[in-house]
Amino acid sequence: MSDPQNPNGSSGPVEPSEPATPVAAGTPDTAASAATPDAATSADDRPAVAAPEEVPPPSRWHTMWQQIVTGNALISVLSVVLALIVGAIMIAFTDENVQKASVYFFARPGDTIVAVWDSVSGAYVALFQGSVYNFRRDSFADGIKPLTETLTFATPLIAGGLGVGLAFRVGMFNIGGRGQMLIAASVAGWIAFGFDLPVGLHMFVALIGGLLGGALWGGIAGLLKARTGAHEVIVTIMLNYVAFYLVSWMLRTPGLLQAPGSSNPKTPPMKDTAIFFDLLGPRYNLHFGFVLAVAATILVWWILTRSSLGFRFRAVGENPNAARVAGINVPSMYVYAMLISGALLGLAGVSQVLGTVTTGFTAGIDAGVGFDAITVALLGRSTPWGIFLAGILFGAFKAGGYSMQAAEGVPIDIVLVVQSLIVLFIAAPPLVRTIFRLPDPSKGPKRPRPIVTKEVEAK
Amino acid sequence: MSTATGSAAPAPQIVTLDTTVVTSWKAPIAFAVFTLVALALAVFAPRHGDTTYRLNASERDAIQVPDLVVPAMPALWTVVVLLALITAYSAWLVRAKKRVPLWLIVVFAVLFLFGFLTWAGAGATLPMIGLLFGSLSLAVPLIFGSLAGVIGERVGVINIAIEGQLLAGAFTSAVVASVVASSTGSIWVGLFSGLVGAMVAGLLVGMVLAAFSIKYFVDQVIVGVVLNVLVTGLTSFFFSQVLAPNAGVLNSPPRFPRLPIPLLSDIPIIGPVFFRQTLIVYIMYIAVAAVYVGLFHTRWGLRVRAVGEHPQAADTVGINVNRTRFWNVALAGAIAGFGGTFFTIGSGIAFNKEMTAGAGFIALAAVIFGQWDPIKATLAALLFGFASNLQNTLSVIGSPVPSEFMLMLPYVVTIIAVAGLVGKVRGPAAAGKPYIKA
Repeated sequence: MSDPQNPNGSSGPVEPSEPATPVAAGTPDTAASAATPDAATSADDRPAVAAPEEVPPPSRWHTMWQQIVTGNALISVLSVVLALIVGAIMIAFTDENVQKASVYFFARPGDTIVAVWDSVSGAYVALFQGSVYNFRRDSFADGIKPLTETLTFATPLIAGGLGVGLAFRVGMFNIGGRGQMLIAASVAGWIAFGFDLPVGLHMFVALIGGLLGGALWGGIAGLLKARTGAHEVIVTIMLNYVAFYLVSWMLRTPGLLQAPGSSNPKTPPMKDTAIFFDLLGPRYNLHFGFVLAVAATILVWWILTRSSLGFRFRAVGENPNAARVAGINVPSMYVYAMLISGALLGLAGVSQVLGTVTTGFTAGIDAGVGFDAITVALLGRSTPWGIFLAGILFGAFKAGGYSMQAAEGVPIDIVLVVQSLIVLFIAAPPLVRTIFRLPDPSKGPKRPRPIVTKEVEAK
Repeated sequence: MSTATGSAAPAPQIVTLDTTVVTSWKAPIAFAVFTLVALALAVFAPRHGDTTYRLNASERDAIQVPDLVVPAMPALWTVVVLLALITAYSAWLVRAKKRVPLWLIVVFAVLFLFGFLTWAGAGATLPMIGLLFGSLSLAVPLIFGSLAGVIGERVGVINIAIEGQLLAGAFTSAVVASVVASSTGSIWVGLFSGLVGAMVAGLLVGMVLAAFSIKYFVDQVIVGVVLNVLVTGLTSFFFSQVLAPNAGVLNSPPRFPRLPIPLLSDIPIIGPVFFRQTLIVYIMYIAVAAVYVGLFHTRWGLRVRAVGEHPQAADTVGINVNRTRFWNVALAGAIAGFGGTFFTIGSGIAFNKEMTAGAGFIALAAVIFGQWDPIKATLAALLFGFASNLQNTLSVIGSPVPSEFMLMLPYVVTIIAVAGLVGKVRGPAAAGKPYIKA
């Protein structure tokens, strides 16, 4: 973390290269796209697009080839490695055995190194065994259980990340995931424990009710932005608190959500007819919600890339003024985007109450997913499949983090640090290149810089 | 400016357009909603008895102010009538194509609040001094945070990391103050080093934000959100791993004592509220004034605003845009870090995981609510502080409303206010956009 603190110091190898390319592409375009989270992506794409001096844009395969060559995948891997190294340093420094051994470091440095290795490897092995495969178990069926746990934790993260990411693509920042999840969970939970319906139909009705609840809560923010221009960041933050207190009140009021005959602010358990069935049998926790998350990913992919609604979404996200001039009804796009975004976060809430915690829920049912979803969407760069993978990665961290805490006593908060560092590093490829002394792909002779353009741009 | 003169010369009739005032029905509609709420309280939930407003801080004060006793229902009905009149007047203004003035909104808000307090406190005594004093205290971190947000956005960098900066400040001040106070034996040395430590911590978070957004052109919202997570993770990790086992040495911060200012604190009502506070609050007064004067009346402020509104123009006249942004974002971080001290050494509470509990996001809302103006943002932060403390006070005297709804109130009011009164706000033009020099 000491590196970025002197940007006006030795910024030699990195700084001149990045600014050069947008000039060729045109400053207004840069300014418009910089407001969206895709800025990092577009900044990376641009060298590939601008490199050959041809009028027709290069084919998609060519662009993809260029991206692999310039090392986006490499940057991602190195970012994860860097973040894990920082996490390892933190684990090592705070480990008791390391501290004891480091007292006599100069007498016997070997002890310290062994203690560091023990603490770090122990923590990361526990992280792996808790999230992917546990080699200590005898059978494959037991050993693979952590992977299913990962997918279970990933389910709400994927759904929520899709919601936040979709809003990002329309140029909106939905911080209201918590509120949308809480409302959706309450509606779905209320239907799930309060009604008697046949198997299947009950689950379906509860699911739809939850989605509608989330969509409603998100739609308020979209509607207010569309009709009055109220900033969606304020409104969604405020709606988080409103939802939390509303649900808290319903949870402690008999006749609403509180379990009958109980004084705890908790609902009764969900009825069996409504809960998501297990995908892999009762041995594993993985439930039908994961299938829904996959379906949601495909749906969002279809909306964004194959539907005219998605085209309008992206147009509004890139430049609302241009979209309006082009005849797109910008306010209604805000409403639709927040409705869909809220419904997706609602799916996250529903999968919590009908899949993960079916024994009744409290006001903490959102489990911080609403905020984690923002990080997931950022890591996935607001693309559906990117979010899907990011959700699984974060699900793995969450599943592994608990087993790491249980086995090695390393607080699960280290997972937050590693996750946020991964996002930071991936968002700043020049930093990773500088750390690993990698060549900068956008540097070199392929940089047309007509001086005339510069003069014109200066106005 | 240039477009106005340019277009006015060939076509003089454009000048007549200047008298057209774009009005909207948002203010009357918002007024009507609040009036109906007050009417509903009066009709469906009448409460009888007198409401006593206690205006004395303590019995020992030199100047005693008599209690204000108001009969609840007549007062509420009067308020409802007045609110309806204001609503009608604002509707008339809009019909006549005139703007609804700000003072009318303020009068409306004060009247509504008075009506609500009178209704809620019927048959009981409202300790007004305690209510206002607590509001100011609760607003302290919000005000520091919103000042940081204002500076950041005015210079062109969206600061979503206020939450992280507050948390970093709270953590560092607790640890530094505990360690220094116990090792030197002097509380004041510990407290001041805690303040410095908090500013340094906030400064570092601000510098990371600045470096990533200015040097590496990472989207500022991404960096801000991620920094919040990072600081939450770091502080929680060190809390569980280091602070909790050694709480006696590392996490038992001393507390800033209250320092009544000699003459000013004797003024009735105002004195006990504003001038019997801690040093942090007095520094806050200075900070608000300094940021306001600095932003709008000094060369520094002009440069900051130029960089945030039109970086190309600022660059053309020789201002180093990225350096200005970097140091001002760092400064903003230090201010927010200072605000974080309120949670620990300002209140004498040991650090705990995620103890800022979303205050940074509320501060962010105050920045936008306050339209990127330090004074207005401060007032918005005070509103949040007041609303949170109102709930505390009303739960003590026995509120007729479930406490959750009282807790919800500030947020609902903010939504209505943002939607109805503020509406579409325009921030600094270049906020959120990296400046890439041609």
